[in-house]
Amino acid sequence: MSSELRYTANTQLEHLHARYTGTGHADISKYDWITHQHRDTLASIVGHPPLNSYLAIADGEAIGRIKFEMTERMLQPCGPPPRRDDD
Amino acid sequence: MHLYNLTLQPATAITQAAVGNFSGVRQQEILVSRGTRLELLKLDAQTGKLSTVLAIDVHGSIRSLASFRLTGGTKDYAIIGSDSGRLVILEYEPKTNTFTKVHQETYGKSGARRIVPGQYLATDPKGRSVMISAMEKAKLVYVLNRDASANLTISSPLEAHKNAAIIHYIVGLDVGFENPLYAALEVDYTESDQDPTGEAFNKAEKMLTYYELDLGLNHVVRKWSEPTDPRANLLVQVPGGQLASSDKYDGPSGVLVCCEDHIIYRHMDAAQHRVPIPRRKNLLEDKDRGLLITSAVMHKMKYQGNSSEEGDLYKVTIEHQDEEVRALKIKYFDTVPVASNLCILKSGFLFVASEFGNHYLYQFQKLGDDDAEAEYSSTSYKDFGMASPNDPLPRVFFRPRPLENLLLADELESLDPIIDAKIENILPNADTSQIFTLCGRGPRSTLRMLRHGLEVEETVSSDLPGIPNAVWTTKLKEDDPYDTYIILSFVNGTLVLSIGETIEEVQNTGFLSSAPTLAVQQIGADALLQVHPHGIRHVLADRRVNEWKVPQGRTIVCATTNKRQVVVALSSAELVYFELDLEGQLNEYQDRKAMGSTVMAMSVGEVPEGRQRMPFLAVGCEDQTVRIVSLDPESTLETISLQALTAPPSSICIADMLDAGINKIHPTTFVNIGLQNGVLLRTVLDPINGQLTDTRTRFLGTRPVKLVRVMVQKNPSILALSSRSWLNYTYQHLLHFTPLIFDNMDYAWGFSAELSPEGLIGISGSVLRIFQIPKLGVKLKQDALPLTYTPRKLISHPTQHVFYTIESDHRVYGQEAAIQKLKELGASQSDREALQLPPETFGRPKAPSGTWASCIRIIDPVQSATIREIHLEDNEAAFSIAIVRFNNGRDSDLHLVVGTAQNTFLSPRTCKTGYLRTYKISDDGRDIEFLHKTETDDVPMVLISFQGRLAAGVGKALRLYDMGKRKLLRKVENKASAFPSAIVTLNTQGSRIIVGDMQESVFFAVYKAPENRLLIFADDVQSRWITAVTMVDYTTIAAGDKFGNVFINRLSITDSNQVDDDPTGAGILHEKGVFMGAPHKTQMLAHFHVGDIITSIHKVSMVAGGREVLLYTGLHGTIGILVPFVSKEDVDFISTLEQHMRTEQLSLIGRDHLSWRGYYTPVKAIVDGDLCEMFAHLSPQKQSAIAGELDRTVGEVLKKLDQLRVTSSGF
Repeated sequence: MSSELRYTANTQLEHLHARYTGTGHADISKYDWITHQHRDTLASIVGHPPLNSYLAIADGEAIGRIKFEMTERMLQPCGPPPRRDDD
Repeated sequence: MHLYNLTLQPATAITQAAVGNFSGVRQQEILVSRGTRLELLKLDAQTGKLSTVLAIDVHGSIRSLASFRLTGGTKDYAIIGSDSGRLVILEYEPKTNTFTKVHQETYGKSGARRIVPGQYLATDPKGRSVMISAMEKAKLVYVLNRDASANLTISSPLEAHKNAAIIHYIVGLDVGFENPLYAALEVDYTESDQDPTGEAFNKAEKMLTYYELDLGLNHVVRKWSEPTDPRANLLVQVPGGQLASSDKYDGPSGVLVCCEDHIIYRHMDAAQHRVPIPRRKNLLEDKDRGLLITSAVMHKMKYQGNSSEEGDLYKVTIEHQDEEVRALKIKYFDTVPVASNLCILKSGFLFVASEFGNHYLYQFQKLGDDDAEAEYSSTSYKDFGMASPNDPLPRVFFRPRPLENLLLADELESLDPIIDAKIENILPNADTSQIFTLCGRGPRSTLRMLRHGLEVEETVSSDLPGIPNAVWTTKLKEDDPYDTYIILSFVNGTLVLSIGETIEEVQNTGFLSSAPTLAVQQIGADALLQVHPHGIRHVLADRRVNEWKVPQGRTIVCATTNKRQVVVALSSAELVYFELDLEGQLNEYQDRKAMGSTVMAMSVGEVPEGRQRMPFLAVGCEDQTVRIVSLDPESTLETISLQALTAPPSSICIADMLDAGINKIHPTTFVNIGLQNGVLLRTVLDPINGQLTDTRTRFLGTRPVKLVRVMVQKNPSILALSSRSWLNYTYQHLLHFTPLIFDNMDYAWGFSAELSPEGLIGISGSVLRIFQIPKLGVKLKQDALPLTYTPRKLISHPTQHVFYTIESDHRVYGQEAAIQKLKELGASQSDREALQLPPETFGRPKAPSGTWASCIRIIDPVQSATIREIHLEDNEAAFSIAIVRFNNGRDSDLHLVVGTAQNTFLSPRTCKTGYLRTYKISDDGRDIEFLHKTETDDVPMVLISFQGRLAAGVGKALRLYDMGKRKLLRKVENKASAFPSAIVTLNTQGSRIIVGDMQESVFFAVYKAPENRLLIFADDVQSRWITAVTMVDYTTIAAGDKFGNVFINRLSITDSNQVDDDPTGAGILHEKGVFMGAPHKTQMLAHFHVGDIITSIHKVSMVAGGREVLLYTGLHGTIGILVPFVSKEDVDFISTLEQHMRTEQLSLIGRDHLSWRGYYTPVKAIVDGDLCEMFAHLSPQKQSAIAGELDRTVGEVLKKLDQLRVTSSGF
């Protein structure tokens, strides 16, 4: 692979990643991956009305609150990121 | 295995609602989404009742709904955001009663994804544009306009994306005719994703951002972005803009930001106003808990209705001068059930779509303007409440009270949520089973008995001196609005009653009272007609009577009449035909027709509008035939066609009814033939050549069928009486046939009086009953028994008609705990009084997580009454229940075992101790006696009786227990391999136990008695989040999962035999596992995505003597069945039909049917019957094209579909 081709392939990939949030790549960290997973799951729960009801019944909360708490949790579903080694 | 899926009762939950003038007339309608169905509700402002105009399955999940109107237009359009990756604009066509897709814009992948828009919708109040947004990042704006010929146009989408932003809510601002402006609540996660200290996360700000659509430049700009309260969850539009006619401002514009505990008014370059949300004064409340507004509705200039998560409505008023807000005020308005959506109608009604349970319609009595309720204004706080925005304002309180401003107008029954169900036939005299469902949540929970049939409202029931054999009503003149006489025919006489203030006997009516009557008819303009065995009496308006006498030695055996024609059959098997001439004289046709066989029944239909006569007469003879006889002047009394029957006819009825499956516009003439053996034949009469085609049969009951033509809700219908009463009627353009839930009747007729214009009159024995059928759309009649807490499980006594339920509520104090807590807090008398609110209306105070209230209930389902209620104490909550007859018990007593847990937390699932509470069942199941309780280390989620022992799923462990003196004795546990997450279902047959795991699908386990071992021998290759399982046979299971799928798995028969042949289980124990699991794998036979979470599955037979089907219930109130196909031929035929129907792309939201039914796993071996039944709604050209492809006629296709439904479900 010529350096030029590598360069274009990367920009394309970067472009795709910027466009499709949540897409993984070869060097994804465990934290990023699990955070994406959780955000996807939470968005899916909010997006499916029966799942909202299901959680609301189990937890004894209003559906509105379940939706709100799920959306809130999307901000940081898996706690703060781990410290980088190079820090 | 091939199955046919039919929905008997579609989901009843309302997830979204929007108001609009969809039909374009002044009347407002409510468009609601029932998850996967769209339904248009119309309000009758006079009666205050809601009725369904149109309900249509969209084969997809509706996530958002909005209505808009183009400037200057009179008609609202509906916009739908769904999981189809498409934005759809629908228009309602009142003429054809259909929705038409005006636009369908594809923007992304299908599915409820994080960055694919569809979750939120916001429209510009002037109808110029719409914004559709995803949960994260993506926001698209479409410009709406109209072209030269006034058609709605839509632009290509404009992006308003913001990377790494989680979107909480969007709303369209009211800015008059300035550029459309949208507000969004967003949180950016870029920084908190980078900061390992967690500092950035704590400081993350929730931004209120304005997006402006520049109509001139055709792009969207981020206009303004400011941090707001971090716990904001909802935005509400505030009126704004200037009136065209004057300089007056409609309002200040801007948004209300609803946050936990506060409501803030915000707008660009304007001062903020903040008010606290008043809370209930309640000692038991959790002080750390905030209060959220879960839905809001804006009305007119000043009024905002908001509903909190407790169900309290608040009225928010904004005082403004021009564009400047002077004060924001809030006060408590009323308390209604917690709403998922609120809609205010201009006619002064409030529609509350409840989160769970029935939906309500209220009428506004007052607007709460001048009552004693305290109002809180932003002006009473420093800087309008924004002095220190990060600190909460002091809390304010109110005392909830019964409705003061609202009046309940109507209630829409809803089964949502169905948590568990049982199908049993416990009613005496019922030939089909009833479905018992555990519905609802918290204090609004119920046990509902569902019976297939139409509800009947009885208005009058009175005893008669003898037993009449027939009843009629008649008016005196053609144009009378109501009936005047009731005529009762007895064996030896006739009684005439007049309908007035009271119903009393009248003489001198011109009717012959000394003989029985065969027919009564209001004939011509103002005459009456009575047919009796010896003649016909034509009673003119001045009481003169023209009588036609039967020739000597003969009698009339049968008669049929309409407004202009009379036909009588004589005992000599001759027909005599009379017709009214223009002078109002009844003339006999010169010839009599000899039939050759005694006439048993006859019918002539109503005179078609604008015609002189009905040209056909149907005559049923003793020789088991029905003949169609012409009454046309050119061929009078000639036999046109003949149909052979399987039994002598007992009654015939010709009626013109609309059935869109046959003819979309004109009514079809049906000849209904009731037979002596209780079977009803329905045939279609060809209006040109008089041939009978498209015969369908139905078994009605054990007695000869009687048929009566009546009017129900202004449509011609047929009442069919046998050992059950049935009604054949048109509802939403389709013909239905449904039993009435009412006593047997011997005869019936229409009844119209001032008080009940649409009534029916019937006789059963010697009782005269007047009744009406209020709701045609509801085919399942519900009888509810209130429960205390959210029901969890329902079981029935093996021999007696007694049910046991367990109920438990999270975040609620139990009775004892509440008293204890009050004592600790030193509650005063007034504080205690504040808690004395009926919980069904006001709910119970919310307690912290890990607090439970729970009870066990014994129910008599026949009387629909609670026999006993046992409350659990010490924060114990019941999760499972089983009835066991222990082998080693002292006697053969039945025992009730209830699995409970103390101090349970749901996430992560933990408890202090689990218990198995054992009760002895006494008094024929009507009482239980506590014996002992056994500790367990985890929550016992499921219990069943297994070979005279108790099998318990305790967390990950499956255990068998025996009866002991002080407690249950643990005998076995599956030590070799625990289940992956938690056991949620157990089923058993022989020594096999089917274990459903919470996340990892279904396991087959076996108990080997000689070695006392529990071994798992087979599992599933897919991980499934199991919610319900039932065994179809020894090797096959049907199960439902948490994502709305239903599937069937089977273990191969060789594997099954091999396991059974191994006496000790040593073989299984040492067999090598496959894929890190059990040695054998089940194979998936069928799979289908229902779209509602399956909560229970049952293998039952729905009709007497019918085949067994799988009946499932769904959380949102769905009840459906899976019917096995009998022949390969049927499978081919129906699956080909389904394929053709799929290509029609009927989904209103643009979801591909195949991908919807195969949402998580490709659909397999299950045909969507609901889609197939939409064949009846297709245009005649498409119908015949599809039927042609299938090598059938349209009638044959419809007949096949009808037969599949009727034979399997009876619905």
